[in-house]
Amino acid sequence: MTALWAVYRRELAAYFETPLAWVFLTAFAIAAPSFAWHVGRLFDTGRADLAPLFDYLPWLLMILMPALAMRAWAEEREAGTLEMLLAAPIPLWAAALAKFLAAWTIAGLALSLTFPLWIAMNYLGNPDNAAIATAYFGAALLAGGYLAVSQALSATTSNQVIAFVLAAGVCLILTAAGLPLVLDAISTRLPGVFAEALAGLSALARFDSLRRGVVSLSDLVYFLSLIALGLLLAMTLIDARRGGGR
Amino acid sequence: MAFHLFNPCCGYGDNAPMIEALDLVKRFGSTRAVDGISFTAGTGEVVALLGPNGAGKSTTMRMLAGCLEPDSGVARIAGSDAVRERRSAQTALGYLPEGAPAYPAMTPRAFARFHLRVRGFQGTALTEAAERALERTRMGEAASRPIGMLSKGFKRRAALAAAIAHDPQVLILDEPTDGLDPNQKDGVRALIREMAAEKTILISTNLLEEVESVCSRAIVITGGRIVSDDTPAAIIRSAPEPSLASAFRMLTGHSAEQATIKPRKAKKAREGAE
Repeated sequence: MTALWAVYRRELAAYFETPLAWVFLTAFAIAAPSFAWHVGRLFDTGRADLAPLFDYLPWLLMILMPALAMRAWAEEREAGTLEMLLAAPIPLWAAALAKFLAAWTIAGLALSLTFPLWIAMNYLGNPDNAAIATAYFGAALLAGGYLAVSQALSATTSNQVIAFVLAAGVCLILTAAGLPLVLDAISTRLPGVFAEALAGLSALARFDSLRRGVVSLSDLVYFLSLIALGLLLAMTLIDARRGGGR
Repeated sequence: MAFHLFNPCCGYGDNAPMIEALDLVKRFGSTRAVDGISFTAGTGEVVALLGPNGAGKSTTMRMLAGCLEPDSGVARIAGSDAVRERRSAQTALGYLPEGAPAYPAMTPRAFARFHLRVRGFQGTALTEAAERALERTRMGEAASRPIGMLSKGFKRRAALAAAIAHDPQVLILDEPTDGLDPNQKDGVRALIREMAAEKTILISTNLLEEVESVCSRAIVITGGRIVSDDTPAAIIRSAPEPSLASAFRMLTGHSAEQATIKPRKAKKAREGAE
């Protein structure tokens, strides 16, 4: 736990020592409400809820989470500090989990920057606050899933741009897999079981039920499994580096 | 009081070797970067791994440090296997990797503190150990500036401060004076001599004067194999002319061409030829 805490502190500090966290938080603070206002017509719906925000949040997270996690291992590999980390008595799981938790903390902070919209809704009407809280919980899980997947892809390369492109690509697949457009296209060409399987893998479909205020065990298991899978993959890839190469 | 995870009193004798390399082999593709290297070193010894570029010095050190697993053979630090008991081995070890990598946005002070925190240090023990390491490496005011803004010499000393901060029994330093000016080199060599009595220190170097000035023993490697393991004085005596440079040429000259090609470059060269 000592090593986990030490790496978590360093990672969190690293986000704020460079402009990364500030740029990220500013981009999120501007983009999230902008989507809700301009694309989602937040104030034209006539309803006191945050549906327009959560409609577009997965697409925003799909791009911003890979940007947050792309440095996780790629930067360590590029700078050579991975060597130093591998020579320190830190269990690899602790390093991977600490990096994930630090990025997730920033993601949580970014999500909290949209709380003024929530407060405004309470000022303007009587929203279902429990449903909104569940939607935020779902958004945090979705962000976690994307971060873990992005961390795994960051472990495949020493180039942060490549890590970002790979991660954004995989997050796009995870998100778009649940769209009716994609599912319809697949079900007309392949047996229905494929479309069902794809829909089951979609992060968007899982997030949709959470943003409607429904918490189901299967959705929780899905997101936690996605996070665990991403971190396990990152650990395996980094551990494989002990076998050879730099 | 510092919180040491490794306790040397438990099952490990005073005279036991602190660094053990037993028939270490590491291949990169078809190249045998390290080809059956064996040696041991005990407390009080400063051992130099000497050899041309690409001879296998860094690969040997990486295996001892637990960041690279040997294909065969055993690496032990303070009696702990660097693969099977990695954490115990690494707790007793301070390692300066090749190129002295460090986080550029961190200050040397924060970097040393991070290393200590990872090893379980906290509170005043952490602060005292970090300040002592910064003092020993003569960081001065540079200790509070981001590493990315420091000169090469200070960067290397920042990484060295982090490596020695937890007062490890074993130090593995990959080219500790590379890129330093003559005064800085003297400073690091003096530090190595100062620490030598109570530690086991393994350094890699291309600098022959460094071997003569700080090392009690030199292991000459070329083509992944040990070609000589003796005191610097004895190695000099074996040469046609009475100098370490002459001995180095004699011992490594035959395979200089092979030894100066890094494994990855050798692979690329082969691919290019095909």
